[in-house]
Amino acid sequence: MSTETVKTPERAAEKVVTPAGRPTPNRRKARKPTERPNVLAGISGWLWLAVIILPIYFIVITAFRDRSDLAQSNPLVPSTEPTLGNFVRVIENDFFHFFLNSVIVTLATVAVVLAVSLMASYYIVRSVSAGGQRLFSVILLGIAIPVQATIIPVYYLIRQLGLYDTLWALILPQIAFAIPLSVLIIVNFVRDIPAELFESMRMDGAGEWKILWNLVVPMSIPALMTVGIYQALQVWNGFLFPLILTQSRDVRVLPLSLWEYQGQFAIDVPATLAAVVLSAVPLLVAYILGRRYIVAGLTAGFGK
Amino acid sequence: MTQTASPVRRGGTTGRRQKGPSFLMALPAVLFFGVFALIPLAGVVVLSFMSWDGLGSPSFVGLDNWFRILERDHTHNALWLTFVFVTVSFIFQAPVALLLGVFMAGAQKYRAFLSVLFFLPLLFSSVAVGLTFQALFSPNYGISTALPFDWLPAQWLGNPDIALYVVIFVVGWCFVPFHSLLYQAGVRQIPASLYEAATIDGAGRVRQFFSITLPQLRYTAITSSTLMLVGSLTYFDLVFVLTQGGPGSATRILPLDMYITGFRNFDMGGASVIAVILVAVGLTLSLALNKISGSSRMESDKAGMG
Repeated sequence: MSTETVKTPERAAEKVVTPAGRPTPNRRKARKPTERPNVLAGISGWLWLAVIILPIYFIVITAFRDRSDLAQSNPLVPSTEPTLGNFVRVIENDFFHFFLNSVIVTLATVAVVLAVSLMASYYIVRSVSAGGQRLFSVILLGIAIPVQATIIPVYYLIRQLGLYDTLWALILPQIAFAIPLSVLIIVNFVRDIPAELFESMRMDGAGEWKILWNLVVPMSIPALMTVGIYQALQVWNGFLFPLILTQSRDVRVLPLSLWEYQGQFAIDVPATLAAVVLSAVPLLVAYILGRRYIVAGLTAGFGK
Repeated sequence: MTQTASPVRRGGTTGRRQKGPSFLMALPAVLFFGVFALIPLAGVVVLSFMSWDGLGSPSFVGLDNWFRILERDHTHNALWLTFVFVTVSFIFQAPVALLLGVFMAGAQKYRAFLSVLFFLPLLFSSVAVGLTFQALFSPNYGISTALPFDWLPAQWLGNPDIALYVVIFVVGWCFVPFHSLLYQAGVRQIPASLYEAATIDGAGRVRQFFSITLPQLRYTAITSSTLMLVGSLTYFDLVFVLTQGGPGSATRILPLDMYITGFRNFDMGGASVIAVILVAVGLTLSLALNKISGSSRMESDKAGMG
């Protein structure tokens, strides 16, 4: 590898033995349960739970409350006559259409981000010229650029390209802004692949693509998981790009639709909150099904 | 750079000398990043010298935007609010995330159970969280009408004196879970032998926290702090949904000021000036953090060798 390592302090930290990527909950390292219980920590933990749960409890019970019931009753006591009417109103207002838009944008963005970031990382780590290191420095700069700050030129560019108010307007810029962090995370893993493995594959006559697919991909699975999950969350939840780059109902994504529901349902708070609850259901299902992988994946790549 | 251009590599058939992959591998990423990140970055500087309403074509106006924006009260207010927002957010989020992370890494069953629930805020988008707390803090049907405490304010987000702090709390609610996961992963990597040795030496729980846990978490702390500080500097979504900068301009931090100037008042040139300021502050902040982390990493390398 090149010698200008000083510029990228990230690499120094790579040497920790095992990437915590594998979802093996390793709790044995922690302190022995024989010591006296930490009462203060326990109380604080349950208090934080209350802080976390109260708002969620509030929106769930309100989403099942009838509109007329809202102002009269105690907002923290569930309604005695729960109704599904709010959810019906939300679903009748094209909820699934907006949901589908979000799925398309998220899948397209994450798939491209994974592919191009992986390829770029392979080039950066294995390039024999100085180009790899230079490219890495430029891309690292991208982590420090606040995305929000470039939104005006992005808006101009998207208009000029004739992409305003299309799903492309959401996909293309979000790919670009996801690349720096993704490359950083993946590079950290690709670097740990022993050089001999690359050499021996090359000896066997493997081309670049074969090396990429049969060596780099399997060795960077934890990094790819982190990038995939983290960026999917970012795109799925993203609000600024849709707010500025789209307008019509056809291309509306979920977060923007929540915002629009609020305007549309104006005084219909239970319906707005029903939409909020519905918008969290897909991620809740994913969390229930793959909690271990999601929690481990979210942090594995950041693991220094 | 000359080396990158000279060898034409088609499928690696032209001789065995070159070992690295061809630049074509990096090309798609370079194109995306160049067109939609680097060009806009240059564009924002250019636009800060132009007058543009967002629809017509921009025209050159020199330093006009800069003078106008820098003299404006809104800008000074936004700069101050941003400073408070970033600082107080950090002071609130960092210790809570750290302590929660350590807590969640514990072996106890109830902690594992609580950790599962601590994740829940991450399932909600910023807009969802914003709407949730807007309802929860409503004077008409929110928490203040539910609890019989006189000291609870009727107005939370509507009171200019506390709105910014309420927003900071909500932002913390949203982001502490992610950062505590980072710390949890960090704590799990600390070798148990360190604690065993400390226990044998008679070090108590507090002592172990400050002498082992905290120093061992320094890389995690740097990663997390960088994300926190630069993140909150440019944070837009939640603040926009919660207050839209109000009441008055009590929560109009820089990114909101930029949005309102550009997309509400159609002064894209002025908004670009604010954007350039944001980029400058963001870059300075991350470079400074990088410097700090760089030096502490070298220290640790030496310590490792010793």
